[in-house]
Amino acid sequence: MTMENSSPQRSRVSPSALMVLFIMLVLSLAALLYGVWIIDSYPDLAYIILLFGFLGTAMAAYTLVQMRRRLSKLKIVISPVTTTIECKKCGFKNVREFQRGDYIFKAVEPCQKCNDKMLITAVYREVKEKEKASFPY
Amino acid sequence: MMVMLREVEGSLHKLKYIKEEGRKTAVETVKEIGKPQADPAARIDRFLEYFTIGPQGLDPAGIVWKLEHILDVRDTRFKDEVKLMAPSADEIQANNLENTLEAAMALNYIYKIIRHFYLLGKKTYSLYVVMQIQMILPMVMKEAEAYASALKAFAFGQPIGDGAGALVAAKLMQGHETRKIAKDCVVATVPFEGRTAFVIKAEGPGGNVGKPGDAIKEVIEENNGNVATVVMIDAALKLEGEELGEVAEGVGAAIGGPGVDQYKIEESLVKYHIPINAVIIKEDVGDAVSPLRKEIFDSVENVIERVKQVVLERTKEGDKVIIAGIGNTIGIGQ
Repeated sequence: MTMENSSPQRSRVSPSALMVLFIMLVLSLAALLYGVWIIDSYPDLAYIILLFGFLGTAMAAYTLVQMRRRLSKLKIVISPVTTTIECKKCGFKNVREFQRGDYIFKAVEPCQKCNDKMLITAVYREVKEKEKASFPY
Repeated sequence: MMVMLREVEGSLHKLKYIKEEGRKTAVETVKEIGKPQADPAARIDRFLEYFTIGPQGLDPAGIVWKLEHILDVRDTRFKDEVKLMAPSADEIQANNLENTLEAAMALNYIYKIIRHFYLLGKKTYSLYVVMQIQMILPMVMKEAEAYASALKAFAFGQPIGDGAGALVAAKLMQGHETRKIAKDCVVATVPFEGRTAFVIKAEGPGGNVGKPGDAIKEVIEENNGNVATVVMIDAALKLEGEELGEVAEGVGAAIGGPGVDQYKIEESLVKYHIPINAVIIKEDVGDAVSPLRKEIFDSVENVIERVKQVVLERTKEGDKVIIAGIGNTIGIGQ
């Protein structure tokens, strides 16, 4: 169970804005190609078209990347929660994903090894922290 | 000013998303657990706008009891609302649902406050209006994100960081008989390092903080004040730079909330001149309301050692001590 809020993100970006961006990207790429195509016959015009092509491609790509970054910022990711089940008699341990209804000190199914009752002894999540920059204080 | 407004706008956009997700989680959980016959969305929307008016403080004498009364009424009202929303939910699930709805409510409130200042700033073109909200925005966002993670934890009934104190108490009372004491609290009489310990916690595993103030008072009264010391264990906010799960020790009533329980505990202690010690587990606001982190879980053993040390150093063999694990006991049995 990865608890990640991700469902309605598409609705955050207006489809018309996205379409305009794609049209702009396609036109800019076409301008670039056309500029390269006519560079020998009409060099002055070709440079202007190439400039517009570059600017258009860069702007469209930048806006798309920003849009993607903004959407990924909205996500709140919570690491998966694990449940540890232990047999007090023989020490058999089972670690599995958390299931609704689990709680610490809940008696669960009998032990596979000694058939004694097993208890949920831990429910927690492990977060992998990013390497921290050294801080002298 | 435009830069500040843009910054607030970006955060407002994120807050709106978090708030909507919160509402969605609340509706889905109510539908899944409560199996209501009608769509609960309208009732939940009404619940999210619920407010509580604090007591008048012009004449502060007796304000604690007025506050307690208002909080009791609020609690009863919430429980009744949850019952109506989710008729099939058992007591544990109802407590968890109540917590889920409270988290959704908090998100809704945060969003509205930020939106208010943003719109006010835009309307008045006042730098100071925008500036005051822009300055506290990182902390507000952190809190909102914490509530967003709390929603999932409450909906699934997972233990949270705030329950660290309750977890210590649960570990100490494991295998011993418990009895109900005060509202939503349990106590177990446990032999502890040659002393008799009355271990108190909120009754789990539903989301619940109980009334530890009443519970401690009752145990003290039951023993005619013959209690050598009270040790309170609670999660506390850490400062930046401190390690998550760090354990610290001190004196005083380690309990948060509106102050009613702290007041009651202090009153009982003063009456019988009982010393009070506190052991805290440090965590930040995000960890306190999101699913329990391993670092906090691991620190529980250190806390038990510290409690043992306190009891051994501060009391004599044969004494009676009270050990109270404070915090939301969601996902923690006894």
